[in-house]
Amino acid sequence: MSEREVRKLRAGGIVSITGKIVTARDKAYAQVISGAKLPVKLQGEVIYHCGPLAKRTPEGWHIISAGPTTSARLDRVQAEFVRRTGVRALVGKGGVDEEVAVQLARLGCVYLAFTGGAGVLAAKTIEKIEKVYWEDLGSAEALWVLRVKDFGPLVVAIDTHGGNLYLRRKRRG
Amino acid sequence: MLTEDNLRDVVAEMLQRAETTLPADVVSALREGMKRERNPIPKLQFDLMLENLELAKKFGAPICQDTGTFTFFVQLGRKLRINFDLEAATSEAVSSATQRVPLRANVVDPLTRKPIKSNTGRGQPTTHIELVEGKKFQIDLLVRGAGAENCGKLFMLRPVEGMMAIERTVTSTLTEAWGRPCPPVTVGVGVGGSMETAPLMAKHALLRPLDKPNPDPELARLEHQIERAANRLQIGPMGLGGKTTVLGVHIEKAACHTASLPVAIALQCWPARRAKAKLVGGLLKVVEP
Repeated sequence: MSEREVRKLRAGGIVSITGKIVTARDKAYAQVISGAKLPVKLQGEVIYHCGPLAKRTPEGWHIISAGPTTSARLDRVQAEFVRRTGVRALVGKGGVDEEVAVQLARLGCVYLAFTGGAGVLAAKTIEKIEKVYWEDLGSAEALWVLRVKDFGPLVVAIDTHGGNLYLRRKRRG
Repeated sequence: MLTEDNLRDVVAEMLQRAETTLPADVVSALREGMKRERNPIPKLQFDLMLENLELAKKFGAPICQDTGTFTFFVQLGRKLRINFDLEAATSEAVSSATQRVPLRANVVDPLTRKPIKSNTGRGQPTTHIELVEGKKFQIDLLVRGAGAENCGKLFMLRPVEGMMAIERTVTSTLTEAWGRPCPPVTVGVGVGGSMETAPLMAKHALLRPLDKPNPDPELARLEHQIERAANRLQIGPMGLGGKTTVLGVHIEKAACHTASLPVAIALQCWPARRAKAKLVGGLLKVVEP
């Protein structure tokens, strides 16, 4: 994904993703922050906050349910992670801290919200499991490189222009 | 007489059903929520939730990849003889269901964070046993993912703060949590008791079906009042805004110290997963979902 494409997106918009996404959550983030060498190039890519429920079969891994995890758990390391990796989009649920949202916008990274708990819907969009890295972290915490088709609908929840669907509601409330 | 095999098989079945199918009252509440929304974004969230439920049921796949951790509430008749280790059998059922359903191995050591393959450990699953009359036996299961679990709270209020303070604890908890517990949530509230019993009541309150009113009219009134206040926050499905933030507020109370007012809040995410099994003619059977 190019910076230009990402900067076109506006909060409230609906998108879907076809192509490559990489899952990463708590333990993988900790590895990246501690300076571990990335096994896969993440510049310009999409990170999916997800710990899939996967089953090992004779044919290989099969992902059964793969909804998003709570992105906010990663607030303290989120901006640093995006700075180090150069990712263009985060897919998750529940949003991020206001201050983190501001930093993401500056870094040219959008936050796309997928419906939490919609695990089977998400799993259905996975065409291929390209590779799994850092499996020693456990299957839920590993880096899954996935090829998806029409992963969505995703709501553009935080754009790179200060638009933030989580923020607007808080002000009114 | 209740056998170990019967219990183990039924608990494993409860887990499989709870993870893949929601009780009818929850599905109804989600459908009603969708009808109430005018805005496309909250409508879309409900649409995807309901579509996901259909798929999960169709494929027998867990609704959410966070298959959670488990709390069992057992009602054990004083006259009933159990000649096996109830907690061990329940634990074995969790391990077996983890392999078969399958479930995500969520259980870790709190300090080392190393996952435990059996998905069980000290205190996991959690089992609360209540002694009841006669030869009754009932087991209720509550499944909760970390999203909802992590947003729970305990407040040790000052009695002088009164009833409005109870409403404020709910609205402040929901405001702080926002989209993280996957709204629309069911809110369990434990009022009174003590530091450990108020949270237990809050969790137990989540077992009540959404269409079953509180038998205590005063608590029922307070529940509706708090539910209206909670929905006024407009947090909406997944915290993206909307009219439906809570599916219901359930309150349980217990006597407490004259100088204390413990108020505990437990949230249950939109896929309010639960199951129930009862002893029917000497055999334990799953009755819900």
